[in-house]
Amino acid sequence: MSTQRLERVGANAPALEIDQVRKVFARKDRKKGKGLRRRRKEEVVALERIDLSVSRGEAFGVLGPNGSGKSTLVRLVSTLLLPDAGAIRVFGHDIAERPFEVKRMINRVSVDAAFFKKFSPIENLMYAARLYGLSAADARPKMRAIMKRLGLEEETFDQPMEHMSRGMQQKVAVARGFLTSPILLLLDEPTTGLDPHSKRDVQAFVREIRQTHDATVLLTTHDMEEADRLCDRIAILDKGRIVALDTPTGLKRLVASKDGNQPTMEDVFLALTGRTFEEAEAEEVKT
Amino acid sequence: MNTFVREMRGAYAFVERNVNLIKRYWGWELVWLIYSLTNALAITYIGNGMSAISGQEIDTQYVVTYLLVGALIWQYLSVIFYAISEMIAWERWEGTIEYTFMAPVSRPTHLVGTTLFAIGYGVVRTLAILGIVVAFFHLDLGGANIPGTILMLLAGSVSFVGLGILAAVLPLLYPERGAQMTNAVAAILLLISGVYYPVETLPGWLQTVAAASPATYVIQGMRACLLEGRSTIDLLPLAFTLIGVGFAVITLGLVIFRYVERYAKRTGRLKRSG
Repeated sequence: MSTQRLERVGANAPALEIDQVRKVFARKDRKKGKGLRRRRKEEVVALERIDLSVSRGEAFGVLGPNGSGKSTLVRLVSTLLLPDAGAIRVFGHDIAERPFEVKRMINRVSVDAAFFKKFSPIENLMYAARLYGLSAADARPKMRAIMKRLGLEEETFDQPMEHMSRGMQQKVAVARGFLTSPILLLLDEPTTGLDPHSKRDVQAFVREIRQTHDATVLLTTHDMEEADRLCDRIAILDKGRIVALDTPTGLKRLVASKDGNQPTMEDVFLALTGRTFEEAEAEEVKT
Repeated sequence: MNTFVREMRGAYAFVERNVNLIKRYWGWELVWLIYSLTNALAITYIGNGMSAISGQEIDTQYVVTYLLVGALIWQYLSVIFYAISEMIAWERWEGTIEYTFMAPVSRPTHLVGTTLFAIGYGVVRTLAILGIVVAFFHLDLGGANIPGTILMLLAGSVSFVGLGILAAVLPLLYPERGAQMTNAVAAILLLISGVYYPVETLPGWLQTVAAASPATYVIQGMRACLLEGRSTIDLLPLAFTLIGVGFAVITLGLVIFRYVERYAKRTGRLKRSG
């Protein structure tokens, strides 16, 4: 199915092109003034002139601390935000001009497993399947197969989601993301907050899907090891700007080895931004 | 895949989801039904007590029926209004708004699904309340024009679908206060549309506002059918006007909703918490 869909979409277009994209949000100024000045808003630059291109079948990672602009980037590609400047194209389709074509090609797994919590996994996945035009007859066996592959017990399929652990809920979110056979899958910190076992299950499934379904993956994470393990190329995002973009090996080559040991992605981040990952996250919390 | 089939599956997604919500929140539904029922009974008992309150001889049967018709019609129309105006608020409460808005479903399809559910739910709920209320009051609807009543109800539904879409914009614009704002819109419609009293009892300026409310005409038409037995032919001009106004309000609602959805996407308001 994925190959046929790829043939129908722009033959030579990259899976994702982000061209000079800028996104600014307005938020209330915390320094309270008097009278009309109380209403003053300040601008927060979430993304500043971002450029990148993701090839078909590639797993592209966006690595950065909280508040670096990763989720804004994914929400832009998901058509949930419109860029203030620049353009985003998915398989050649501009997200602002042809959002429906784009929506049919993508799906997303985000850090918060957002579901109707009183519904069962089957009810939630059936809702998603119908929204994407799948028939119940096609969707039902597919959703069961994906959930089983992710290690969910069959007796949980009809239980309310609110009775499931965070890890189990996130696996249902992954199942929802793959149910519609997207040719561009957006994974926005899919393993954040998961226990090590669930994390491994989700990562193994992402690798398997890439091998068997020819899907392109855009993965945002603040887990350095995950980015290193799953991605062909990684962009490091800091304060809304890309500060480096290369293969994991290429990025590590930018940094001199310490005591004869291979540098880690954390060393790369420190060398490029002048801050440790923890310092960058703490800085974001303060602002 | 055939576009029509895909869109119909999308519309059915909202019907099925809302039915599942009722099943899962059945306790709330029961509480809400008891509230609506007691509300309808309390209002109707005002009619029963009018003679005692005023100390004058009045046609109690007529007043009771007048109030009961208002209570039941408002019950039905407000269910349609809330089911549609809360289509965004529900997504925010449950945290699913981003997933629904990134799905390849057009807003008119979203609306068709929500409307089909709202009308079915409104009919079932109103009939349930009617079934219980008739045990408390003697209703003489022998001279009522039932086909005309159904026509007026359908014509009024169209207008309320449009009003619901217009109100649904509020939770999109105001993530935290939008749902409460739709309550205020419903309360204003209740005040001005002559649900429990003739519009003529309102101050002059409010009567002018009432003239702009489609509910005013729906309720007048329904009472004409049920209390006066007015013929369907006589009501056709009013019904067609209501349907025309209804489609105009729906079109206006969709245009405004589309504009506000783009605004929400520019300003980052399509988030579960806002």
